[in-house]
Amino acid sequence: MADPSAPSVIEIGPFHPLLEEPVGFSLTVEGERVVAIEARMDYIHKGLERLAQERTYDMVPILLERICGICSVTHSVCFCHAVEDLLGVAIPPRAAYVRTILGEIERLHSHLLWVGLAGHFIGYNTVFMWAWKYREPVCDLFEMLTGHRQNSAMPLVGGVRRDLPVEHFPAARRILDELEGQVERLTAAVLDDPVLAARLGGVGVLTAAQALDYGVVGPTARASGLDTDVRRDEPYGAYGEVEWKVVTRPGGDVLSKAVVRLLEIPESIRILRQCMDRMPPGPIDLGLLHVPPGEGIGRYEAPRGEDVHYVRSDGTNMPARLKVRAPSFVNIPSFRASCLGAPLADVMITLAACDPCYSCTERAVALLAPGGGPAAGVPGLLEASRRRTLEVARELGRRPAPGPGPDRWEG
Amino acid sequence: MAETAAPFLPRALRGSPWVFHVGTSGCNNCDIEIADCLTPRFDVERFGVRLVGSPRHADVLLVSGPVSLACRRPLQETWLDMPSPRAALLVGACACSMGGYRDAYGVAGPADRVLREVEPGARIAYVPGCPPKPETIIAGLVRLLEAP
Repeated sequence: MADPSAPSVIEIGPFHPLLEEPVGFSLTVEGERVVAIEARMDYIHKGLERLAQERTYDMVPILLERICGICSVTHSVCFCHAVEDLLGVAIPPRAAYVRTILGEIERLHSHLLWVGLAGHFIGYNTVFMWAWKYREPVCDLFEMLTGHRQNSAMPLVGGVRRDLPVEHFPAARRILDELEGQVERLTAAVLDDPVLAARLGGVGVLTAAQALDYGVVGPTARASGLDTDVRRDEPYGAYGEVEWKVVTRPGGDVLSKAVVRLLEIPESIRILRQCMDRMPPGPIDLGLLHVPPGEGIGRYEAPRGEDVHYVRSDGTNMPARLKVRAPSFVNIPSFRASCLGAPLADVMITLAACDPCYSCTERAVALLAPGGGPAAGVPGLLEASRRRTLEVARELGRRPAPGPGPDRWEG
Repeated sequence: MAETAAPFLPRALRGSPWVFHVGTSGCNNCDIEIADCLTPRFDVERFGVRLVGSPRHADVLLVSGPVSLACRRPLQETWLDMPSPRAALLVGACACSMGGYRDAYGVAGPADRVLREVEPGARIAYVPGCPPKPETIIAGLVRLLEAP
């Protein structure tokens, strides 16, 4: 008979009824308490960044929409930001408004999706059904404006590929009006619900100091009291010209994260209404034909937080290197702070609370030292990364673009 | 012959197919549309289609996404865990043909090839689209159930 007080390991995944995506967690528990957590997140690794290096600048945004089905606008627009940063150009105002409208509709459907899934995770399927019922008109709205429920294929380096059908704006406004009332009722119901308050309040707390330590972004950070939002801190698109406010909550628990997301929905509706009112006339595309050698960084406030793309060009029609730092990549490690010491029953909802998107995150590869075995330490990782970049450049028959030399890193 | 043959699945399973969903390294989009089928607007549960928590309870396996190298064995094991007669519904362009990930280094192949490695005669239906709309997924499931 095993010693009942000894720690035992519970394996979750890769296919689990509560997970949409394949991911593996192994939780070490002592009785009910979780004492260690390990995540295995290479199940989704397909090699998308490498694939992007074999696509032209026109094709890459369409490929990047397939990084994550929920953040399809996020990744393609963020890539465009990076290339536009490289080029040092500003897109036409009308294109900026179109991108803002697409991004905010995406935020609406992403937040409603999360609220529903959070209800599902705690076994409260009424919230799940309710939130997803209200999400359907948002998908209709996206389809009405772009022709597709999720993947618009509209972002393009230097603007957008197609204009929005202005004749559908009255119908779009009606959908938003209806949604506003529905979300108000849903928010009131969630906030007034004693069951939800008892189940989510004080669970999976991430304090402001821990949030800073882990460098979390987006609603996860804002629910811990950190006032951070790329849309306000470094305005892009139309965000500098419309009125809205950043929602923060001091609690850091799962309930605060739910409240921040629910309260961001009316803000998104406000932004959408103002953008539709003020759509400036003019071209939607700069008609860029060439990307010179250089490197650029794009930032974008995804529904889950700050997304960063790095692009390096060597003057050909394809990026020499694309690096995606999705918001979930920095949010997921905070599990260690919010889950350890918690009862097993709280872990699933705590894991879900930062809205982790594993398909966004799995950009990692194993780096091997020259003699085999994992590369250790910062110098080892840098050396492995440098060697791999040279190999890829050689495979592609390209000269590596001039980057920071080794001396810059060896301090 | 094909037109007069009886449907592949027995009548009891056709009336109320229980499905198990496996997302094999896709981008979430198809998974969300599958979940959409269960929510109020489409609500496939009224036809007896239920998402179950274990492959051992399932009649139909829903697969979405290209199969990555790391997911190949887990997918095959999940398939072998299901009781016969069993069928698979591949949802989305990636599961059917790898879609945009055809040239990626980390994929093991489309789901039908991976499933037929362990069961050459596996019963498979395809729902293309990126992602297919919920109506399309429901139509695909109906075709799978009625096919001989």
